[in-house]
Amino acid sequence: MTTSKDCNASGAAEAGRYGPDIRSDCWVRIALTEAGGIDLHLKTKVESMYGEVTRKLVRDVLDALNVKNAKVEIEDTGALPFVITARVEAAVRRAGVDVGDGYIPDFAPGTEYGTERNRFRRSRLYLPGNESKFMINAGLHRPDGVILDLEDSVAPSEKDAARLLVRNALRTLNFHGAERMVRINQGRRGLEDLDFIAPHNVHVILIPKVEDPDQVRQVDEKIAGILKAKGIDRTVLLMPIVESALGCIRAYEIATASDNVCALTIGLEDYTADIGTQRTDEGRESFWARCQVVNAARAARVQPIDTVYSDVADMEGLRASVLEAKSLGFDGKGCIHPRQIAVIHEAFAPAAAELEKAQRIVAAFEEAQQKGLAAVSLGSKMIDPPVVKRAQHTVELAKAMKLVN
Amino acid sequence: MTNKLIENAVGRMVPTEINGRPATPFMGVGKYRPSGNKTAPSIRTCADYPADGNKIVDSIATALKNAGLRDGMTISSHHHFRDGDKVANEVFRAAAQMGVKDLRWFPSASFPCQAEIIDHLESGLIHHIEGSMNGPLGNYCATGRMRGMGVLRSHGGRWQAIQDGEVHIDIAVIAAPTADAFGNANGVTGPSACGLLGFALADSIYADHVIVVTDNPVPFPCIPWQIQGNNVDQVVVMDSVGDPEKIVSGTTMITKSPDRLLISELTAQFVRDSGIMKDGFSFQAGAGGTSLGFAIYLKEMMKEAGIKARFIRGGSNKYLVEMLEEGLADYILDGQTFDLDGVRSMRENPCHQDTSPFTSYNFHGKGCFASMLDAVVLGATEVDVHFNANVVTHSDGRLLHGIGGWQNCLAGKCVILPIPSMRDRIPVIVDRVTTVCGPGELIDVIVTERGIAINPRRTDLIESVKGSGLPIRSIEEIKTEVDALCGGPPAPPVLGEKIVAAIKWVDGTVIDCVRQVLE
Repeated sequence: MTTSKDCNASGAAEAGRYGPDIRSDCWVRIALTEAGGIDLHLKTKVESMYGEVTRKLVRDVLDALNVKNAKVEIEDTGALPFVITARVEAAVRRAGVDVGDGYIPDFAPGTEYGTERNRFRRSRLYLPGNESKFMINAGLHRPDGVILDLEDSVAPSEKDAARLLVRNALRTLNFHGAERMVRINQGRRGLEDLDFIAPHNVHVILIPKVEDPDQVRQVDEKIAGILKAKGIDRTVLLMPIVESALGCIRAYEIATASDNVCALTIGLEDYTADIGTQRTDEGRESFWARCQVVNAARAARVQPIDTVYSDVADMEGLRASVLEAKSLGFDGKGCIHPRQIAVIHEAFAPAAAELEKAQRIVAAFEEAQQKGLAAVSLGSKMIDPPVVKRAQHTVELAKAMKLVN
Repeated sequence: MTNKLIENAVGRMVPTEINGRPATPFMGVGKYRPSGNKTAPSIRTCADYPADGNKIVDSIATALKNAGLRDGMTISSHHHFRDGDKVANEVFRAAAQMGVKDLRWFPSASFPCQAEIIDHLESGLIHHIEGSMNGPLGNYCATGRMRGMGVLRSHGGRWQAIQDGEVHIDIAVIAAPTADAFGNANGVTGPSACGLLGFALADSIYADHVIVVTDNPVPFPCIPWQIQGNNVDQVVVMDSVGDPEKIVSGTTMITKSPDRLLISELTAQFVRDSGIMKDGFSFQAGAGGTSLGFAIYLKEMMKEAGIKARFIRGGSNKYLVEMLEEGLADYILDGQTFDLDGVRSMRENPCHQDTSPFTSYNFHGKGCFASMLDAVVLGATEVDVHFNANVVTHSDGRLLHGIGGWQNCLAGKCVILPIPSMRDRIPVIVDRVTTVCGPGELIDVIVTERGIAINPRRTDLIESVKGSGLPIRSIEEIKTEVDALCGGPPAPPVLGEKIVAAIKWVDGTVIDCVRQVLE
């Protein structure tokens, strides 16, 4: 899919949105002309504060994108510069101009931190990829990860614009230590998304509707190619999402398709439709699939991550759902509202008794190591290595959550 | 008109004359000490009032005529019915019929429902407004179309101006949800119940002539008598004094914005972790979604820690009433009720005490309880890096809000402003606020979604939250981060020379003025 679908014969195109209910966005219309330079008409809610600055920015972007003659109309409801430049670029691309790599903002402070393969991924906050207002402060709510979504939350006609907005967000916004994730589209469009995403310090790519390990490998190879071409020495991790009967059956193959897979997750809306039923609150219809994902992920030594809890008003329902996920063996849960994050973290926190026991096991293990003993024992009970490992994980989690020092 | 300007103690150039009367520039907190006596109404005698106590006249027009309404007089009204008020409009419609001109309207606050007052300003009936203005009236004043200079005062400052004789009220019109024929009135009963009538109390005591207007007349005695009939000249009965739907609505919804909720939560955590939240403490939480959110988070923290407050300062609402009823506070001392739960509680619960600006806010008195509050949570439109704050104008210079009790509450022991660091692309922390309403020395903590900035003067507070894990940052650091996102610091608004309104400090001095917005 290319942006040329939005191009018309006269070289005119629009991007972005404007209206009484739209905040922090702008609408841009560009009509390419033969001569006369840039004829810019900007109407902005922040005229007295940023009118002149914005005019200069728009002219700079147009110049960088090789647009020398055009009539440009902008209606702005207080969009931040990274949004304005994304919208202008979307309109220019749609008007059929070859812009090369486009107008890419410099990395802002707080955008260049890295991630770790085994970091905690208890909560991941989905953010619609074409909606800047939710992105700006997302990291302040301290999720373990933010997902800038190019897939289901973006209308098919806006896929091209969302790529630019997500790219600019990755370059501009400080997510305050949250893992920087992007969910790409399915198939070929998803591979094209990577051109706009992979070079910009994305930590994890979520691959939707995976049924075949080749899908994972294609993404992995495409990313490697992009990074190599740009001379970027960085690993981009992968989180495949299984969302079908076949995907579940092949979960282990998918989870082991690349060394860069760090976690495996499940999407239940599509899965339940695929097996011919509907999602219920009790979730009996997806019990097998969720267990299957946990087993496949653990077998592949990657993190099993549960689906999204989508009722933002029901915090008790969310808590119960996270406790259930935890009991099934999942390490994380998806969410769509920042207020869900604290509930998820609390529910994943080790219970007091669980933590105390884990601390005793870890202490016993360390003592045994010091004494050079092969076997770890607690009182009269021998402790198996996997139990020690689990206890270490629990203590680490508690430390990360500041439950212990 | 040339008006000599003088630089005041916060570095603002302010007029030395307001509507033909000399004005004192702000001299610093607590520095201005006027002498002399308070004003007083003339002596009256019972012989001139009906012995049977029946002061009812047939209409507002008749009452105004009996009161001797003439050119240049000052008429006061009150905002107990907020955007549902029908009385002020009725008063000026009647005055318009009488052919008078150049009146001064002295409301405790104006609301968008009073937009028709613009017609009276245009016709010459009203010369100018002294009281908070927003919406269409705010715009009218800000764009320089009002003949006189607007004067904005805090609730306490309005009491001070009346008692000190700075504003002489010729006719006070008090809209009352319930009243008897003698003029005793209250706000806790009747179909338009709004809670209390504290904003009208000074007017009832000091005005030359007092008219009570009600839609719920009851036989003598009207109990409780928040307004005493002994101060009242006439009583008018109208079909409806206000729209109950709009009297107690608007600001009582908890915010749904996750960013605002985060700010609320951080504010409550600050009050807890700084040690302010302890048995017997007191706090004030205003209207507005973020303040409501603060109260809800604080409530949970108090429950968890088993802590009880001695008193809560309202604007009361459902959430504060719940805290009172659940035993988390001994008293609510209430300046206004923001919802029907607040009205009910005030009516039924003796521990829910109605107050007036005299007890809570008046700076020219023998103390007021605002200074006893352990924590005060307020809003603001802008704050500068020296913690000076603006609450009346938008960043483009337009009048947006009244001062309300805001300035008065700055006397509290710990003043906290929970505010977003940016509104869309409008940074809230600036180099210079458009209008100074409160001096930075009284503002202790700014809580934003990007972190908490403590005024460097408050080394005690800085010390108290060390090791708490709260995101404490310098105000400059937060500003730099937001400016970077917005594309640099905002350009200051380009305003005209004309002064359209003066901002009074709690002691009646002029802390800043509002300049004309150019269109």
